[in-house]
Amino acid sequence: MAHTSWIARVFGVAASVALAAGLYLGLVVVPPDAVQGEVQRIMYLHVPSIVTAYLAFTVVFFASILYLWKRDLRFDAVAVSSAEIGVLFTGITLATGSIWGKPTWGVWWTWDARLTLTAILFTIYVGYLMLRAFAEDPQAGARYGAVLAILGFLDIPLNHFAVQWWRTLHQPSSILRPAGSSVAPVMLVPLAISFVGLVLLYTYLLLERVRLERIRHRAAEARLKRGRRG
Amino acid sequence: MVAELLRRTWAMARKDVMVELRARDRMNAMLFFAALVLFIFNFALGPDLERLRAVAPGLLWLAFLFTGMLGLSRSFQAERENECFEELLLTPGDRESIFFGKLAGNVLFMITAEALILPLFGILYNLDIWGELPSLGLVAFLGTLGFSALGTLLAAMTAHLRAREVMLPLLLFPLTVPLLLGSVRATEAILAGEGLGAVSHWLKLLAGFDLIFLVVSPLVFEFVLEE
Repeated sequence: MAHTSWIARVFGVAASVALAAGLYLGLVVVPPDAVQGEVQRIMYLHVPSIVTAYLAFTVVFFASILYLWKRDLRFDAVAVSSAEIGVLFTGITLATGSIWGKPTWGVWWTWDARLTLTAILFTIYVGYLMLRAFAEDPQAGARYGAVLAILGFLDIPLNHFAVQWWRTLHQPSSILRPAGSSVAPVMLVPLAISFVGLVLLYTYLLLERVRLERIRHRAAEARLKRGRRG
Repeated sequence: MVAELLRRTWAMARKDVMVELRARDRMNAMLFFAALVLFIFNFALGPDLERLRAVAPGLLWLAFLFTGMLGLSRSFQAERENECFEELLLTPGDRESIFFGKLAGNVLFMITAEALILPLFGILYNLDIWGELPSLGLVAFLGTLGFSALGTLLAAMTAHLRAREVMLPLLLFPLTVPLLLGSVRATEAILAGEGLGAVSHWLKLLAGFDLIFLVVSPLVFEFVLEE
């Protein structure tokens, strides 16, 4: 437990390979976008990041329910770890989106529906991490965190409709849409590889972060024992 | 079963209202704060009535929610300061009634504050709200109900935290964005004379929000109360 497991290593190596391949294909091999030019290449990181973030928050939701049901701290370790990684990927999405937005829309930030939704998502889960940090008793922190994760996840569809009606500027979804994908097939290849790479990276980070959480628990227990003896 | 829940909820709410009627500290603070907020907005945005009118629905809702936040944070902290939390937990039977009782009290306090803010707002910002009071009241009620349903749960949670004063708004405001957007849009439509029909989808969203969190919050409330 003190060392990275071989499974985590496999995920780590696979993630590096897939990400390197995806970025090489996306940044070098595939031709630039017909309309947007070179700046469109940021899509190969931007789009898979947000999908991975949603995956991470879905894991937080189910791990939280399992924790409240089974009261096994391992589920809580998965929840808090996945939330941290989800916040990281949401941050990457916001940053890459901003970098793409400046040359394309002319502004770093605009209150478009999907941008706003991502920003709200970011604030909800940063709140979750702060809640975890401020809880004095780890058991209570786990319970509060699980409750907040459930509320936050149920809030996402409501936020989705609200900001959708509020305003829409974002370029509409190009792959999942009724008329079929408008993305050239040659662009889908690096996109898919990057996506696989990020999911592998997520799994690697999750395994390592859960291991760290377990070491922390052990350290806390050891401290308690020593305190009692002394 | 339902009668029992109602009876216990009533007892809990009655206790909170009675404490408030005797001490008056929460309501006084909320009302004075609400008036202050309306004043401060005026100084922050300048006395130009046209400009103020354009942003009026947003200001009104910020005044509502800031004031409501103030009341919510007192809801469980008072129990904690007087060491009544343990007694509350020792009460036999299910905990939903504690939640619904606290919720009823919080909604009542917030609605009372809003009933004062609204006319004051109409006077200070020279808005003709008097004919629209029923529809404004409906929107205010829907917004307040959802805000309090989530807020009561989170207030119980944050009462045990370090830095509890800052944590409640940090957790509650991001979650209530749909509520704020819906309430402000609906209020805007009403003040513009478009009527409720133009914003029926927003009203449905508000009602949906209320429904979801009126069902989920009491379900997870017991996990928050555990000691």
